[in-house]
Amino acid sequence: MELLPTIWFIAIAVLWTGYLFLEGFDLGVGMLMKLFARNNTERRVLLNTIGPVWDGNEVWLLTAGGATFAAFPFWYASLFSALYLPLLLVLVALIFRAVAFEYRGKVDTDRWRNTWDWAIAGGSFLAAFGVGAALALTTTGLPLNSNGDRDGGPFSWFSGYALLGGFAVAGFALLHALAFLALKTDGDVRHRARRWFVRLLPVLLLPMAGWAISVQLLSGELWTVAILAVAVGAAATAWLQGRKGNEGLAFLAVGVFLLCGAASIFGAVFPVVLPSTIDPAFSLTVTNASSSDYTLGLMSIVACVGLPLVIAYQAWTYWVFRRRVSAAHIPEAHSFLPAIAAKALARND
Amino acid sequence: MEALEIARWQFGITTVYHFMMVPLTIGLGLVVAVIQTIWFRTGNPAYLRMTKFWGKLFLINFIMGVATGIVQEFQFGMAWSEYSRFVGDVFGAPLALEALLAFFVESTFLGLWIFGWKQLKKGVHLACLWIAVIGSVFSAYFIIVANSWMQHPVGVRMVDGRPHMTDAWAVFTNNTALVAVPHTLFGALAVAGGFLLGIAWYHLWRRRRDGIDTVGPDGRVIPGEAAIAGRDRADHTVWIRSLRIGAVVAMISFAGTALTGDLQGKLMFEQQPMKMAAAEAACHDGTGFSVLSVGNLGSKNCDEIKAVIEVPGILSYLAKGDFTTEVKGVNSLLEQYKADYGTTLPDNPIYGERAGQEIQYVPVMEVTYWGFRAMIGFGGLAALAALVALWLTRKGTVTESRWLMRLAVFGILAPFGANATGWIFTEMGRQPFVVAPNPDLNGIDQVFMFTAAAVSPGVSAGELLTSLIVLTAVYAVLLVVEVKLLVKYIRGGVVSAMPELVHAPIDENEDATPGPGGKPGSSDDVLAFAY
Ligand code: HDD
Ligand code: HEM
Ligand code: HEM
Repeated sequence: MELLPTIWFIAIAVLWTGYLFLEGFDLGVGMLMKLFARNNTERRVLLNTIGPVWDGNEVWLLTAGGATFAAFPFWYASLFSALYLPLLLVLVALIFRAVAFEYRGKVDTDRWRNTWDWAIAGGSFLAAFGVGAALALTTTGLPLNSNGDRDGGPFSWFSGYALLGGFAVAGFALLHALAFLALKTDGDVRHRARRWFVRLLPVLLLPMAGWAISVQLLSGELWTVAILAVAVGAAATAWLQGRKGNEGLAFLAVGVFLLCGAASIFGAVFPVVLPSTIDPAFSLTVTNASSSDYTLGLMSIVACVGLPLVIAYQAWTYWVFRRRVSAAHIPEAHSFLPAIAAKALARND
Repeated sequence: MEALEIARWQFGITTVYHFMMVPLTIGLGLVVAVIQTIWFRTGNPAYLRMTKFWGKLFLINFIMGVATGIVQEFQFGMAWSEYSRFVGDVFGAPLALEALLAFFVESTFLGLWIFGWKQLKKGVHLACLWIAVIGSVFSAYFIIVANSWMQHPVGVRMVDGRPHMTDAWAVFTNNTALVAVPHTLFGALAVAGGFLLGIAWYHLWRRRRDGIDTVGPDGRVIPGEAAIAGRDRADHTVWIRSLRIGAVVAMISFAGTALTGDLQGKLMFEQQPMKMAAAEAACHDGTGFSVLSVGNLGSKNCDEIKAVIEVPGILSYLAKGDFTTEVKGVNSLLEQYKADYGTTLPDNPIYGERAGQEIQYVPVMEVTYWGFRAMIGFGGLAALAALVALWLTRKGTVTESRWLMRLAVFGILAPFGANATGWIFTEMGRQPFVVAPNPDLNGIDQVFMFTAAAVSPGVSAGELLTSLIVLTAVYAVLLVVEVKLLVKYIRGGVVSAMPELVHAPIDENEDATPGPGGKPGSSDDVLAFAY
């Protein structure tokens, strides 16, 4: 096995996992805007827990995509073109979601806010689902021909694994968000989030476990199965800690579940990066899909400097905004535009 | 339509749209950072107001840059898989570095800036904005390095039919990129300059119309005060200073684009001579710069085009720096291109049904000819308008003319137009190549790719058409929403970005209590600023 491509396979697995970890909870919080929050104040509490960080979290997706392009151009090209329509859906979802965060509070009417709330909730769900489906398919395979292009029509990529992966990431995101809200808010929201967390944990993690187990059945090895067992242990710990009210530990345990789950999945497919369901000979592997050693070496140097730096300053952001958000901190909405009032006044006298 | 054509329309539409937001983000970001720095150093409350007002507009626009950028990042793989496979070894690196070294910085530190007004010390808070803005400059650099490699491939060697990077230094210091980056940055500043100028003019005009500001017998402004939050004397200061900053930025940046554009022209003459000839609609070798050419620019027969007004020598100056060098025209270049790169598309499966078609080496001349002139024209117009505006407002306010106000506001669009036409010219002038050949054959011969080979073979025209329609529709809707919001906040004036002025108009010195978590209750206007 060649060293640099292997390192980059791990790096990309880390980037995807980092994305699922970080954007996991903000996608989940987005969905909870409709599922969980009861009134506008609660919605603003939810928004303010992720406000300073969601864009930074989303960049993990861009970096995962960009790094795949640079390190494994063939993987990037085949995966993205084969999943053309589902990725289009993800893009539209991400567009609306991003714009909604910024624009929701900019006009003070219920209709306006409600429209953007749907954009946030729907966008978050579709993005999570679509990314999950795409990741699941990259581990279970796509109908790729010898050139790495999709055979069959625009929907020939579809299989049950797409649904499983979609629900896996959406479910995980919801659970992670509940743990996050219990940790980041105060008052009623915090307590409800904790209750929901304990109650829903088994349901929400089930599809992720299902995906991990399917991959083990397809291509697992002893060590990946062992890691999966650790993941299950982490899920149980999360449940117990959630019940005890140890919000920090519960959040952490969900993270460990994700880490181990992802490791077992990526570990099991290695060294294949994208299996072909038409002929295993057409499968993309770390060796036949990767860039030259020169490019990988260059990227390695940059990543070794850049990634720790990113993690450091993102961690600092979480530290700066570590205070819990609660309904009591949410001010009245300001919609007053006095300069316009001044116009009326000037006309009157 | 064929898949290739749809994919090209889609790339063009989505990128031009992305590049409506991007220059405003870069330019306004730099300007706001400078303004906040002045506030930090002088404590002058007018600059705090400017920071908040322009900062708010900056954020409304920023988010659209983010949303449309994601499409760009995915699109290479989705619609241009053959292209991605071909260039990935070189092109992927700057793209990945852009995300790793620039987007993370931008998004994280901008989040800190938006939400950190009270949590962070003043200096740290300001530093966050600077870091974010410098991040956006770096993102421009990285993406232009990627783009420049398509214009002028360097630092690679062919291995198994694909370029492999052999010299990262050459790629990252590609001379095409080194001149394109400052040119684009100046272009971005031109947008910001026009934006400040137009909006500030509108507000000064409104203060006059509402009778708040009057002019004395010497024509000097007498700033007045209305008993309404935000329409005090400081408000006048906000707008007149914004106007002057905007005008100066607009003029300097035009000079900057002209200087760097001149360098770009000289590189283009060496690196993509056909683009240069097409930009001039110059069919025959010559030295003259055409001010006006008529005839059927779109016709494949170049000889139908007549230069009506031509300034001798100028074309040579643009290309070489003297007045006598003969610049090769389309007709002689055409023969050379045919000899070097063939007359028909090779019989290779990646060309699909396009294999065997004749190659059109002349880009669409209407686009290159008028694109080049529109870019320069729009930019020059904006700079001239800025000069006139400075003169007209030398006594501290604008005239009462509604018509001039409209012109100033409408003029905001000119630098946007210059940017869009500049890119359209650059990208369409590169056709029929998606990776243009580097004519300097030292070691990197045959590194080029026809656009006809770049599109994803597995993706159907129907899929592409779906995405073209969906993305165009989404973008159209969002453009309406963005412009409406901008207009709303622009009309609202400073108060719309600083609701705290309504409650306590005097206490605007933002005596932030730094430290963990900030003081209780102080989060009010912080949150209001953001959501
Ligand atoms: C406000 C914006 C603006 C203004 C006023 C100008 N430009 Fe420009 N121009 C751009 C914005 C721009 C751009 C959008 O930023 C482009 C597209 C690609 C690039 O690198 O910059 C560009 C490209 C571009 C190119 C093509 C480079 C290539 O294809 O490789 C040339 C030759 C020039 N410019 C030259 C000029 C000259 C001589 C100007 C004279 C005043 C000028 N530009 C004004
Ligand atoms: C700097 C980063 C950019 C890169 C890497 C890039 C890359 C590309 C690629 C791959 C294509 C498709 C193939 C082709 O038709 O040649 C393309 C086409 C195009 N791009 Fe760019 N582009 C960049 C910036 C821009 C910007 C900022 C604009 C406009 C504002 C723009 C305008 C266009 C247009 C109009 C086309 C369609 C040209 C045609 O098909 O004839 N590009 N570009
Ligand atoms: C076709 C090529 C391009 C691609 C793939 C691309 C990619 C992206 C992406 C993914 C974002 C969102 C980043 C985020 O979420 O924070 C973005 C935004 C941005 N891009 Fe582009 N872009 C392209 C063209 C350009 C050009 C030509 C420039 C500048 C000259 C540019 C400069 C920026 C800036 C300043 C932003 C502002 C928002 C931000 O970075 O967060 N982009 N771009």
